[in-house]
Amino acid sequence: MQKYSVFSLIKNAFSNHQNWDLAWKDPTPKKQYDVVIIGGGGHGLATAYYLAKEHKITNVAIIEKGWIGGGNIGRNTTIIRSNFMFDENAAFNEFGMNLWRNMSQELNFNVMFSPRGIINLAHSDAQMNTYARRGNSMRLNGIDAVLLNREEVKKMIPMADFSDDVRYPIFGGLAQPSAGTARHDAVAWGYARQADSMGVDIIQNCEVTGFDVSAGKINGVRTSRGDIKTKKIGLCVAGSTNILAEKLNMTLPIEAHVLQACVSEPVKPILDGVVTFGAGHFYISQSDKGEMVMGGDLDGYNSYAQKGNLPTIQHVLTGGVALFPFLSRLKMLRTWGGIMDMSMDGSPIIDKTHIDGLYLNCGWCYGGFKSVPSSGWTFAHTIAQNRVHELNSGYSLSRFSKGYLIDEKGLGTKTWIS
Amino acid sequence: MLNIKCPYCGDRAQKEFAYGGDGTVKRPELNKEVSDKEWDDFVYMRKSLRGKHVELWHHIFGCRQWFRAQRDTATHEIFKTAKISEEI
Repeated sequence: MQKYSVFSLIKNAFSNHQNWDLAWKDPTPKKQYDVVIIGGGGHGLATAYYLAKEHKITNVAIIEKGWIGGGNIGRNTTIIRSNFMFDENAAFNEFGMNLWRNMSQELNFNVMFSPRGIINLAHSDAQMNTYARRGNSMRLNGIDAVLLNREEVKKMIPMADFSDDVRYPIFGGLAQPSAGTARHDAVAWGYARQADSMGVDIIQNCEVTGFDVSAGKINGVRTSRGDIKTKKIGLCVAGSTNILAEKLNMTLPIEAHVLQACVSEPVKPILDGVVTFGAGHFYISQSDKGEMVMGGDLDGYNSYAQKGNLPTIQHVLTGGVALFPFLSRLKMLRTWGGIMDMSMDGSPIIDKTHIDGLYLNCGWCYGGFKSVPSSGWTFAHTIAQNRVHELNSGYSLSRFSKGYLIDEKGLGTKTWIS
Repeated sequence: MLNIKCPYCGDRAQKEFAYGGDGTVKRPELNKEVSDKEWDDFVYMRKSLRGKHVELWHHIFGCRQWFRAQRDTATHEIFKTAKISEEI
């Protein structure tokens, strides 16, 4: 594999950049693999990369219905954080933060990880108390958390509406200074390029049509490009999990919902980190290009349409303008939607299943992007060792029937009440 | 914006309605022993179909009645709506 550096850039400039190697190959599927990963998104690509790197399993195929990076890894709002209160979430996501910090060097691909911080705004004394508790929990788990008062928030986002006659006056907020954003496409491409160089086959335009299961064991997978024999399948298809589960006669504690986001025209730098305005169902950051990147909550009903409905965008931007009045004069460039795996407690599932050789990685709700490295790492461990790692032991499929929910956000079973 | 036909009020805009989830889920009968699996299935497990999906809606900013709708989850086409007491 060609190493990307300033020297290779200069060298290739002499040949007008016509002689760069392809970043990954376009192989035809082999008859047999040790592991088949279904889904060429961030989680699938990261899983294949860590299978090869950490566990030396390189006879691996990634099967992707469309093109890699065309799903939620290319549709999210790129926020990376670990500001969780529950131990399982804190440990898992802080592990991920450390992978994020070294990702550009490790992958030899600039993912533009930019730890500019996140602020969750609070609008009452009670909410400040809640945030103090969450911040303390975070610090006990070794995560940086800073409780900000009104004046400190004002210093960081002076353009917000700090008047007293608003519906949700700003009392303060909870910040995680080490949180940030990254360039989402680069994450997919970086993992893909490294996985490919270690021997992983990335097979695009290849749809799974069925599974070969006998006596409770995985024997292979049927695809639109032929049957593939394998003993281990990793399912990384958030957004389509229910569709593939149906082919396996499985029912999961997951519903598919559409989540929208939008960006404005680019403007000069005005907002440094990420700001979430939970009371207004709104969050915002500014991209390196200057666009204001915004989003809110789900459209609210089951959906497989990768686009949303206008009332939700209107609702999100109403909250946005209430917080940042200057937004009212910006033009919107694009809105889009992605299909979320909404799990019933708001936390993901990374686990084995009742079928021998079938591994499940799903239920990422709003937080799939930041979990790409930690999910890939733990899922690779689960597949390679055939047992869950300590980091993902809480994210079991059986936690629902056993009552060990990880309901950090308090959404409970009603994912459609947001 | 979806246009939803309330079986009591007729065509109304989506903003008048609240969603109520999968309309085929049945609560286990009262006064009967319920296994953990039955309860688990009722509370958490969902098919979340792609295509025709029977679901509950609540005309919350209207007549406040619950009803069922059959909607395509990929195209959002609503095929029919019916009162809770009716078949769909």
